[in-house]
Amino acid sequence: MLIINLLGFVLIGLIIWWFWLYKPGTTAVTKGTVPITVENGVYSPAQVRVQAGEPIILSFVRKDGSPCSAIVKFDDLGLSEELPLNKAREIKFDSLAPGKYPFSCQMQMYKGELIVEEQSDE
Amino acid sequence: MSSNSPNIEKTLLIDGAGCASCVGKIEGALLEVTGVQKASMNFAQRTVLVTGDVVDHDLIRAVESVGYQASFVDETDQDLLNEKEKSEAVYYHRLMREMTIALSLGVPLMIYGLFIGEMTVSTNMERIAWAIVGLLTLGIMYFSGRHFYIGAWKSFQNHSANMDTLIALGTGTAWIYSMVVVFAPDAVPLMARHVYFEATAMIIGLIDLGLALEIKARGRTSEAIKRLIGLQPKNARVIRDGEEIDIPIEDVALDDHLRIRPGEKIPVDGIVIEGSTSVDESMLTGEPMPVEKAAGDEVVAGTLNKSGTVIFKATRVGKDTALAQIIEMVKRAQNSKPSIGRLADVISGYFVPVVMIIAILSALAWLNFGPAPAVAFAIVSATTVLIIACPCALGLATPMSVMVGVGKAAEAGVLIRNGEALQTASKISAMILDKTGTITEGSPQVTEIQLTGDHKEEDILRLAASLESGSEHPLALSIVESAKVQGFTLSKVTNFNAIAGHGVEGEVDGSTLLFGNEKLMEERSISINHHIADAQRMASEAQTPMYLAINGQLAAIIAVSDPIKKDSVEAVKRLQANGIRVVMLTGDNRATAKAVAEKVGITEFVAEVLPEDKSNKVEELQAQGEIVGMTGDGINDAPALAQANVGFAIGTGTDVAIESADITLMRGSLHGLADAIAISKATLRNIKQNLFGAFIYNVAGIPFAAGVLYPFFGLLLSPVIAGAAMAFSSLTVVSNANRLRLFKASEH
Repeated sequence: MLIINLLGFVLIGLIIWWFWLYKPGTTAVTKGTVPITVENGVYSPAQVRVQAGEPIILSFVRKDGSPCSAIVKFDDLGLSEELPLNKAREIKFDSLAPGKYPFSCQMQMYKGELIVEEQSDE
Repeated sequence: MSSNSPNIEKTLLIDGAGCASCVGKIEGALLEVTGVQKASMNFAQRTVLVTGDVVDHDLIRAVESVGYQASFVDETDQDLLNEKEKSEAVYYHRLMREMTIALSLGVPLMIYGLFIGEMTVSTNMERIAWAIVGLLTLGIMYFSGRHFYIGAWKSFQNHSANMDTLIALGTGTAWIYSMVVVFAPDAVPLMARHVYFEATAMIIGLIDLGLALEIKARGRTSEAIKRLIGLQPKNARVIRDGEEIDIPIEDVALDDHLRIRPGEKIPVDGIVIEGSTSVDESMLTGEPMPVEKAAGDEVVAGTLNKSGTVIFKATRVGKDTALAQIIEMVKRAQNSKPSIGRLADVISGYFVPVVMIIAILSALAWLNFGPAPAVAFAIVSATTVLIIACPCALGLATPMSVMVGVGKAAEAGVLIRNGEALQTASKISAMILDKTGTITEGSPQVTEIQLTGDHKEEDILRLAASLESGSEHPLALSIVESAKVQGFTLSKVTNFNAIAGHGVEGEVDGSTLLFGNEKLMEERSISINHHIADAQRMASEAQTPMYLAINGQLAAIIAVSDPIKKDSVEAVKRLQANGIRVVMLTGDNRATAKAVAEKVGITEFVAEVLPEDKSNKVEELQAQGEIVGMTGDGINDAPALAQANVGFAIGTGTDVAIESADITLMRGSLHGLADAIAISKATLRNIKQNLFGAFIYNVAGIPFAAGVLYPFFGLLLSPVIAGAAMAFSSLTVVSNANRLRLFKASEH
């Protein structure tokens, strides 16, 4: 019984680590147009890293028929866009201030993040 | 699943392709772009249909690299809507098919378990039979529930969890446990050798059913926007080179001349150049009376021509028409979220892992303290906890109501900028109404001229009109208009000077004129003492008296009256009945303001307010703790509208002042204001019901599923019931939002 209880708590620990504490590795800084696929409950890539001052286009392609995935919204930017099925919908950002701009579906099940970094000094 | 072939279609419009040989070159260039599977050009239409998984800009660059220009064909809202409906229909049918397959195994199994036999494994024959059922269930999991497992795995890889995770874990746990019972019964105590295949099949079937019904219900939430999109006609009859031709509406160019016959919809925005007619604009403004149109008047796309035939010139086409902008604005507002939904979003973010932890704790509690067969209880409670929890209901609560509420408002001619404006409008405690153009028609007329000197009435009107011809004040316009109606030729004004909030001065025909209110006369030491009583009498009759002094001597008092809109009284009553403190603001003199306020039933008013002071008045009320709504014409009142908690721009017909206001009233009537507030209150009430329902459902359902009632009443929920509850909890939220469609704003 002790082992089972221990296993249970280890499992809880793993859940906490995997879903909350884990910090994803840094993705490379991208430029121009970034295609993002919306399918099976995730945005891929879910993290987009760009430099401040550079215009960026996120090109969302929804391949999931579920209406849950039909809207992507950037709460901090007060922006929401309807995503047609199997078609690219481009969202342009001309010049964002450095910071993190999370994006999600209406129900917070699909989640992603646009990270705008300070211009590095050359 | 749709994952196998990314068959995204894009249509490119090619510019500069003059010969048929370009076709091969362009198609070749496009095929070289990574991800393009097919590119076929229609030379006649100068379009290329590209299929594949590609980035838009790469395509344009590829075409440019071979020397042509390319752009994307703008899809109309109607196209997008059709496609959306098509893809939703496909998804719906898929879910219904999957549901039928799952339930065709789940229902007989459940009936067997309830009425016919035991779902236990004791003999070898039973082992074989259950093994077959187990494999059939695996087939169901693949055919009907694959999307849950794929979704769960993908989001797991992404360190996130969602509804799919819960369903996959719940059904997976039940199935794996059952298979262990079948294939390794010795690993489980004798009493716990129970199989739960029916739960797996039923849960998958019920949740598929719930999702399918939810799609149908969601479709109804967007009826308002569908109706707006449906207003756009497909074709237009343009006159080119003296000939009338029918062309698709996308091809109508600016300055095209279009002919409209009775009973036809107006295809684009324009100005009438020939003929006259009456137009039904109710679909956009909510104003039931048709509007007369003659040469020089604006017509708006989507409205219905009633009686006459007119020719008009296109002034706004495509995405620039008022209708297209309204659709765009309503869509954006429908997708935006008021702050009341934020907490639910935060909770949703942590929800699924927390439920997983609760499921484990619940299983451990049963294993440690539960009665025999503890393993079976542990499995049932963990499965039930995973299945009953419904993050979707929480997530759907706010957006579904906003969708319906904003659409409902649009139908009443009320354009709400976003969810936040909707939420704040529901809390308004004080409403400031600008007098001119808001309570009144905004088109004042000269009603009385009282002479106080030797001048003749015609001279007075002509001089005053000449002086005012340089001013843009509505009262000035009324005087100029009156003079023109009487056929006077206006003289040139020199040394013109507008004294804000007071009046104007200038020289006309060699005389020095001063025209304005009492204050202006006092400042310039013009004696008006003998005539103040006359002016007061005019003001008490809701007319606005203005003094005209010629060469330093008072020559006349001109009274102008702006008729009160016929439904202002009723609308003000509605606002007051909703407990809103109504305050009138005007630059007009106190006596006139008092008369107008009394006529419409407003007790609180501020007169002689300079334009720049309007926003200070808003601030004053805010300092008193009021949530202030400000209603004005959207142009002169812009600072006050911005200062208010909610700014309402009152439109005249379809002249949309979309830019400055939180809420735009498409028709001039103040009823739009009362409607807007009633709809926002009803929507917020609906959101609260949904959020409350979703919270209570989860807060009560999860402990119940874990078995907290078992020690007291011996009650433990079946995973199948949990599946049904979960499937219908989100359906309930969507249906409750749909109830809003029946709300009648005019009754509140």
